[in-house]
Amino acid sequence: MLDWLLDPWSDPINLRALVEVVALGATGGALGCWIVFYRLAYSAESLAHALLPGLVVASLAGAPLVVGGAAGLIVAALAVAVAGRTPAIGHDTAVAVVVTGLLGLGALLALSPDTPARLQELLFGDVLGVTDADLVLAAGLGAIVLGALVVLHPSLLVVGFDRSSAPALGRAPLVVDVALGILVALAILVAVQGLGNLLVVAVLVAPAAAARQVTRRVPTMMAAAVAIAVAAGIAGLYASFYLDTAAGASIAAALVLAYAAAHAARAVRGARRA
Amino acid sequence: MPDRGAVSRAEPDPAGAPSPPASPSSDVAVACEGVSLAYGARTVLRDVTFAVRRGERAAVLGPNGGGKTTLFRALTGELEPVAGRVIAPGRCGVVPQTERSRLDFPVSALDVALMGAVSRLPWWRRPGRADRAAAHAALERVGLDAMADETFGDLSGGQRQRVLLARALVQDARVLLLDEPFSGLDTRSTDLVMGLLDDLAAEGRTLLIATHDVDQARAWDLVLCLNGAQVAFGPPEETLTLPTLERTYGGAIVELPGGGGHGVLPPHHHDH
Repeated sequence: MLDWLLDPWSDPINLRALVEVVALGATGGALGCWIVFYRLAYSAESLAHALLPGLVVASLAGAPLVVGGAAGLIVAALAVAVAGRTPAIGHDTAVAVVVTGLLGLGALLALSPDTPARLQELLFGDVLGVTDADLVLAAGLGAIVLGALVVLHPSLLVVGFDRSSAPALGRAPLVVDVALGILVALAILVAVQGLGNLLVVAVLVAPAAAARQVTRRVPTMMAAAVAIAVAAGIAGLYASFYLDTAAGASIAAALVLAYAAAHAARAVRGARRA
Repeated sequence: MPDRGAVSRAEPDPAGAPSPPASPSSDVAVACEGVSLAYGARTVLRDVTFAVRRGERAAVLGPNGGGKTTLFRALTGELEPVAGRVIAPGRCGVVPQTERSRLDFPVSALDVALMGAVSRLPWWRRPGRADRAAAHAALERVGLDAMADETFGDLSGGQRQRVLLARALVQDARVLLLDEPFSGLDTRSTDLVMGLLDDLAAEGRTLLIATHDVDQARAWDLVLCLNGAQVAFGPPEETLTLPTLERTYGGAIVELPGGGGHGVLPPHHHDH
């Protein structure tokens, strides 16, 4: 049994992947709670999808993916902001139009005959292919995100709980929204390396949504979300190792299963009380 | 083009308890002078002039959309007047309608009360042990310290209203703006909240209470009637007259049976 548990980590590739999923889990689990509270899941998913052209261009140019991802995020955020100001078009519609357009543009660039781009890798990530430099970047950005969450915790709580009264408590909702948006963008940059831009939202939403089912306070929910994200990440790597499945997709599947299990646990608990 | 308005703010009395007034004018806790307020190009409230002194309770009457919430936003500094001047002592405490809060948020009554301490802290500081003690004391004052660990959304409407009052107490605001604090409360909860408001006024805090209850407003010191503009301001016996109420509420005013004065038909929704 011990051999079964330890075998995957004797390979440096899997060991690096383990460090990556721990960094992703800690960042995504904690930040995901605020994404759920602020109802930003759709925005986070949209941003992750819309940065594809940036990733493709970086891949074609041989530049670091994180640089391309950052540029893609900025372009996507600006495009959403401009489209959202169009009269008679709601914010959701504007986001949908921009995301569809940018995702299509990214696919078009990646599939053109002259480009040797690895579209599948960009879409679904390559957690087994992360380098030491990727790990340093993931740990650094993750530390920034987690540190910012600690500092911003009271402000996030005040605005999230009662937006209309927050100014009277000295916290401007717009400032807090922008700060949270920047953290979400940073987390996407971290997570997209390992999970790709289609699966990244799984680590940002599913652990928090699962933790919400089984906890009653914000700090315990954040701790539970981090634990669920890390555990699901490790479970996904085991599945990938022993079942020979794609690592990113296995992690995403484990995260969704964790949510389903938490939902079932809550339902059972509710039924017992009734 | 109208003159841009201004908001004058001073730091609240650090000693907490208000001192006796040196003169009537220095005793003013919150005031507006010719204030007009707008959202973009649309003016929603015009020509508001009033002054409320320390320890006074003023009812703010008006129909939905009459400008009550907009006025409160100006008093908290969230909305700059397009004309006139707002005079407010530091930051006003806000006690909103409880349904404006996120009832699904996983916070306890203590967590909510503790949010009042955030207003006194720079954005990078977290509430400390002394702030937690103040939050417990405030909950005890509103009779809910035993329920400090209960989830806010699980409390009754009256209990939630008292928790939000505790939050304003932890904020130590000298001026409290209460948005329909009796809306949806049963008689017992109404009496409890009313008693608390009386206590707060007695210790020198100034209360502005948005309400539709004309009868309740008669019991307070002052009444400000709004309907897109200031209709009247003064003691209840001068302001709560049928002509003034008709100008404030229009057709929503009804004569109560048995010579019980006048009432307002219940509102169906609430906006600015």
